[in-house]
Amino acid sequence: MAPDQSKIEHLVRRVIRPAMWALVILPAPMLVAQLLLDQLGADPIDKLERLTGHWALRFLIASLAVTPLMRLTGWGWLVAQRRFLGLAAFFWAIGHLSVYTVLDWFFDWQEITKDILKHLYITVGMTAFVLMVPLALTSTKASIKRLGGVRWNRLHSLVYVSVIAGCLHFFWAVKKDVTEPLIYAGIAMVLLAFRVVWQPPARR
Amino acid sequence: MLIRRPDDIPSSEITPESLYQNRRQFMGTAGALALGTVLSPAALEAMARTGGAQEDKVTPEEDATSYNNFYEFGTDKEEPKVLSRGFVSTPWTVQVEGLVKKPRPYSYDELVGKIAVQDRTYRMRCVEAWSMVIPWRGVQLRDVINRVEPLPSAKFVEFTTLFDPKRMPGQRSAVLPWPYKEALRMDEAMHPLALLATGMYGKSTLPPQNGAPLRLVTPWKYGFKGVKSIVKIRFTDRMPNTTWNDANPSEYGFYANVNPTVDHPRWSQAKERRIGEFLKRNTLMFNGYADQVASLYSGMDLRRNY
Repeated sequence: MAPDQSKIEHLVRRVIRPAMWALVILPAPMLVAQLLLDQLGADPIDKLERLTGHWALRFLIASLAVTPLMRLTGWGWLVAQRRFLGLAAFFWAIGHLSVYTVLDWFFDWQEITKDILKHLYITVGMTAFVLMVPLALTSTKASIKRLGGVRWNRLHSLVYVSVIAGCLHFFWAVKKDVTEPLIYAGIAMVLLAFRVVWQPPARR
Repeated sequence: MLIRRPDDIPSSEITPESLYQNRRQFMGTAGALALGTVLSPAALEAMARTGGAQEDKVTPEEDATSYNNFYEFGTDKEEPKVLSRGFVSTPWTVQVEGLVKKPRPYSYDELVGKIAVQDRTYRMRCVEAWSMVIPWRGVQLRDVINRVEPLPSAKFVEFTTLFDPKRMPGQRSAVLPWPYKEALRMDEAMHPLALLATGMYGKSTLPPQNGAPLRLVTPWKYGFKGVKSIVKIRFTDRMPNTTWNDANPSEYGFYANVNPTVDHPRWSQAKERRIGEFLKRNTLMFNGYADQVASLYSGMDLRRNY
C-alpha cells in the first residue's frame, strides 16, 4: 500500500496538478489574445462577459463532480482538487464580475445598483457570487480546523445554492435559445442528485 | 459613396441638435478631467470618440454584416453570416394577400422595381441594448403599399419571412414559432421613415445575413421588428400576431418602440452600447426619431403598448 500511495502522490504532484493549473489559467491568456487580435466579434465586451461567466460556471460544476468521483473511485487525493476547482471558479467569477462592472458598465454604480436590485437574473447571479466569497475565504486547511469539520461542511454546502443560482442566472440571461444553459443545469442537477441518492455512511 | 437624402428626412436626424450640444458639454467635462487625473491623452481622446461624445458614426460594414440576429440562420450572432453563405435570393416572389385589391404573387421587380431607391442612414437599436448606425438603401414602404392598393378596410400590414428549413438551417430547430412574422399598424407602415431595404453600404443588394433580398427597417423601433427575407405581405383589419410577441409577450410587445423609460423585464433599456464604442450611451426616445413619429402614438399608454 505504501509504495502505491507515494506513486499516486508523485503523479498528482507532477502531472495532475500542473495539468489542472494549465486548465484553469490557459483560458485567460486565450481570451486576452482573442481580444487583442479582435477575434471576439463586433461586441467584444458582451462576448468577454459571456465567456468569463461560462468558465466560472464550468469550474463551479467541475468542483461539484469531485465528491461523486471520489466516492465512486475511493481516490482520496481528489479532495485537494475540489478546493482547487472551487477557487478557480471563484477567480473566474471575479473576472466575470470585473467585466460587468468595468467594461460593461464602467463603474456606473447607479446603473449597476439598479440592475442588481431590479433585474432578477442579475440579482441571482450576484447571489451566486456572494455565496462563493465565504467559501473562498475558508478554503484553507486552517479554516477547516478552526471551524471544525461539521461546521465547515455545513458552510460549504452553500456551494449547492451557488451552483443553482449560477445556472438560473445563465438560463435567464439568454434571450431564447436555452440549449446551452440547459446542458449546464442538467449536469449540475445530476451531480446534486447524486448527493441525495448516495448518502455517505454515517461516521459518528 | 453617394448618400441621397429625401427632403422629408432632415439632416439633423443623424445628429440631433441636443446631442451636438451634449458633445460640447462633454468636451468641457473631458477637459476638466484631463487636468485632474492621470488619464493619458490617448485615453481621453478615445473617450471623446466613444460613449461620451454621442456622435453617430456609421458602423463598420464588417460589424453590421457579421453581428446579426437572424435566428433562421442560427441563434449566435456570428452564425448567420456563415450559415447563410450560398443563400440564393433570386428569383424572389412576394405573395400579397388579404385586404388588397388584387391579391396575388408579385415578383421582386414588380413589387419594388421602378420605385425610386433611396439611401437612408439610420440608427438601429436592438432590444438587447446594443446599437449600430447603418446606411440602408431601399424603397419607402408606403410606395410599395400604394402600388399593391390595399382596401380602405386594411388597418394592419403583416410581413412573413421565408420558411424553408433546407435553405435556412436555423429553422430546423423550433427556437421560435416559424415562419417569422412581424406587423405594423397601417399609419406606421405609411410613415415616411419606414423603409423596405434592398441594399446597404452603397450596394444595391443585401447580404443574406442582413435579410436579402428584402427587409423591413423601422428605425424608431427595436431591431426585431425589422423582418427579413420577406415572402408575404398581408393586409388585415385585425392586429396580427407577431413572432417575438407570441414567443414571449411579457418581454416583446407588438409596438416595440425604442423607449428608454420602459425596461425590458430582465434588463434596463435606458442605455445602449453602440457597436465599436466602449462607454454606453443614453438611449433616446423612439431611438431619436421622436420628432417624426411620436404623434403616431399620442394618447397611448406606452407602458402597456410597449
